[in-house]
Order: sequence, then structure tokens, then C-alpha cells
Amino acid sequence: MQLNDFLNHTSEWLKGTGPHSDIVISSRIRLARNLAKASFPHWADKLQGKVVLEAIEAAVKKNNYFKNTASFRLDDVDAVDKQFLVERHLMSMEHAQKSENKAVIIDTDEVIAIMVNEEDHLRIQVMQSGFNLFEAWGIINNIDDLLSKELSFAFLPEWGYLTACPTNAGTGMRGSVMLHLPALVMTRQINRVLAAIAKLSFATRGLYGEGTQASGNFFQISNQVALGHSEEEIIENINGLIRQIIEQENQARQALLSKNRALLEDRVNRSFGILKSAYIISSDETIELLSMVRLGCDLGIVNKCMDRRTINELFLITQPAHLQKIENKKLTSQERDVKRAELIRTKLKIQ
Amino acid sequence: MLCDICGKNPATVHLTEIVNEEMTELHLCETCAQAKSQQMEQQFGLSDLLAGMADFDKPVSGEETISSQCPNCKLTYTDFKKIGRLGCGECYTAFRKYLGPLLKRIHGSGEHAGKVPIKLAKTISRKKAGTEELRLKLQKAIETEAFEEAARIRDQIKELEKKQQDENAAE
Ligand SMILES: [Zn+2]
Ligand SMILES: [Zn+2]
Repeated sequence: MQLNDFLNHTSEWLKGTGPHSDIVISSRIRLARNLAKASFPHWADKLQGKVVLEAIEAAVKKNNYFKNTASFRLDDVDAVDKQFLVERHLMSMEHAQKSENKAVIIDTDEVIAIMVNEEDHLRIQVMQSGFNLFEAWGIINNIDDLLSKELSFAFLPEWGYLTACPTNAGTGMRGSVMLHLPALVMTRQINRVLAAIAKLSFATRGLYGEGTQASGNFFQISNQVALGHSEEEIIENINGLIRQIIEQENQARQALLSKNRALLEDRVNRSFGILKSAYIISSDETIELLSMVRLGCDLGIVNKCMDRRTINELFLITQPAHLQKIENKKLTSQERDVKRAELIRTKLKIQ
Repeated sequence: MLCDICGKNPATVHLTEIVNEEMTELHLCETCAQAKSQQMEQQFGLSDLLAGMADFDKPVSGEETISSQCPNCKLTYTDFKKIGRLGCGECYTAFRKYLGPLLKRIHGSGEHAGKVPIKLAKTISRKKAGTEELRLKLQKAIETEAFEEAARIRDQIKELEKKQQDENAAE
């Protein structure tokens, strides 16, 4: 498997399927695991880091379950490809910063991604389309069991899985759900919702995780507390919160439709018009406009709507590294804005 | 139209709030709207874990914080305070008395309640849940007047507890 193979493949999280896929883009579970006695990546010397990397790669290779995965050592991955992986949500931005003894192990369906030597020795991630955390938990729980037969994880009965940062100790689990909340943003209720989320000890991030701004009305919501509750309880708590947010977004959408239909139709169709006719367009503007079109399609107020998968894909392939992979060469920011507009016009014409 | 909050300036910002499932319109002037959104922003602020950690300089049960060092990876507690990351799994045991209160502060609760690695599952579930489970069985046996079984379970519990005490002594 090569990284270029992913170019013609729809990421699991962009399929636009699964429960509540009009509002919930994707569900993801991540488990942090470390090898007993080995120094955590930030504290390990070169040799220790290498030993850990090789032990993990060997453990993965040994099990037939992982036969459709490949390990990409970041030393062998160039800058554009690293960004490409970040854009596809297969690794974190933090992981892309340094490359020594780091790797990411990915399966062909892009459901599983295992970062090796990120903040912890292992950051196992499983991604599902739509509102599907328990499905993701089932998969990742099994992966964790398989790996724990080969590897001894750092663990204490009272504090659970031990992690480099004590905020992750316990289950080592973070469940996160990516939501598209344009109506809550348009009706200016989003700050109130985000405030409530923070009060309940959940975190909100943008499209690209840690430290990123929410853009294009996308919000990633995840648990902060990892110790003292079982994995199932944590997931049930996230699910309860997400159900409420979905309900509120739906109410706001209905309110917009009944009170401000003309305004909504105007914004949605203008957005569509710009996407169809622009010759220069930035990544930010693309996300903003696509968000409106997605909303319009969900509400059935766009003529000749694209399917959700195509819209979701456009979010991804218009990202900087994706554009450069498609063109197969380095592009300056200005060149990308031109190519991006061209790509969008072509995709929308085909539809 | 005048601002709903100050009642002085003309309202130029129109907000829709849903309170108790009812939509209410808010008409605000620029200044009041800004204040309101800032207030919301502050409540939102991603709970900063380091802010929670900042005050762990305060005296915790022990005093010799600075001299503690993990025998496995050589990280000191001072290193941890500086970088906010531990050095290895063994650090948790080495700095147990400082980390206990910190973990409680971060997670709000003390004990791990999630899954256990397969390899350790047998020993840990025996240690943790073993006697509790048996006690429940014992109670049931007594309730159903299955006294022979009750006696057997009681012996099992005694044996298990003795074993655990020996193991703890060995640790
Ligand atoms: Zn005012
Ligand atoms: Zn250590």
C-alpha cells in the first residue's frame, strides 16, 4: 500500500453515511497506550524510541487482523504527504512536527490509524461515519485486546492505563464526535451551547483537533475525563450530550426555515453560485461556502443537489496537501487558489 | 429600536436565543452585543489542564518533592512540574503520593473503572472483584438456605483474602 492509493479512496469519515449523518460527520475513538517500563516518547533517547517503534510494528505484523495495514515511518514521508495524512485525519498535527522514530499504521479503509511515538507510545484511533461511537468502541476494544497479547502495557489497577500526560490516565480513551452546526451558528446560539458543553467538562475543538479554530461551522466534541468511569459510561455520556446538540441544531434549522426561509435560500444559493463560478478561491472560503451548500442540501432548498458524499469529499480534496497531490507538484498558495476553484467547478459540473 | 440591555443605544445586532425551548429575540447595540459574546466566550474557554496543574506546587502530603526521582527513567518530580509530562509508567508509582491528589483534581474521581489488559485481567479481577463477587454469592446462598454452599464460599473468601495479604506483603 502506498499513500497515493488513498487519493482515489473515500475516507471512512467522509462517507456521509451512518446515523444522523446530516449533522454528525464522524465519530472517533482514540486509546492512549504505553509499553511498561519504556520511557515515554518525549523522554526516550534515540535507541529507546527505536526499540519501541520496532516492538509495536512487530506486534502489528504478527496478527492477521492487521493484514490490510501498512506502517509509514515519518522519516520516509515528505512534508506534503505528512500534511496529506493530517488532512485525512489519519494523524495529528503534533505527530507531523518531528519524525524520528515516529510512524503511523493505517488500514486500507482508513478506519484504523495507529500513531507510534506520538505523545504516548501508541495512539490507536478508530473512525466511523455518522453518529456511531459504540461501533467504533467495539472495533478499537478488539484491536487493543489483540495488541495487548503481544505488548505489555503500562497499567496500575487503581489508575488504569498510564500515559505521558496525567490528563489521559485511566481509560486512556477519548471519544470525539464531529458535528456540523450551521443553524446554531447562524441563529447565534452556538456560544451558549459551547458554554454548556464546557461546563459539563467536555472539550470543543475545530476541524483539525488540538488548538484549531472551529471553521465552516464544524465542531469536534470530546470527553475530558478519562479516569473513574468505564469506557461505556464515558461513551454514553458523550452520546447523551450529542443527542441534545443534534436536537437543538434541528430546532434551529426548523426555526430558520419557518422564520427566515428567504434569507436562508439566499445564502445557500449564493454560496452555491460562487462555488460554481469562482476562478480564485481560498481554503477558508471554500469551507464556509460548502458548509452552506451542505445545509441547503440537508434542508432540500437547493436545486439539483449534490449527494452528501460528494460535498464531504470536496471539503477534503480542496485542502492544500490534497490539491498538491492531485496536481502532483508543489503549488504556491496563489496557485492553489486557482486550482481549487477549477477543481470545484469541474466537480460541480459533473454533478 | 433601542437596545434590550442598556436601553440607550439603537439596536443593531439581533440575536435569537432559545431558552427552555422557546425562541426569544434579543436586540442589542454593538457594545452590549460584544460584552455578551465575550461573556459567553469566557465560559466556553477550553478547560486548561495546565491551569489545574499550576497550583500543585502547594504542599502536598509529602515535603521532599524536589528530591523524588523515578528509579526507572530518572525523571524527577521537578522535571514533571516543568514539562507537564511523566517519563515512564513507573513514574506513577514513584510519585504516587503527589499524583494521587493531582489525578483526583483532573478527573474528579479516584479509581480506574475501565478495562484491564488481558494479561493482567485474571490477577486484577481476582484482587479487586473476586471477594466482592463471592460475598454476593454468599449472601444469596444464605438467603436461599443453601448452607453447604455458603460454607464453601466462605472458605473461598478466607483463602482469597489470605492470598491477597501475602501478595501485598510480597510487594
Ligand atoms: Zn446596549
Ligand atoms: Zn519514570
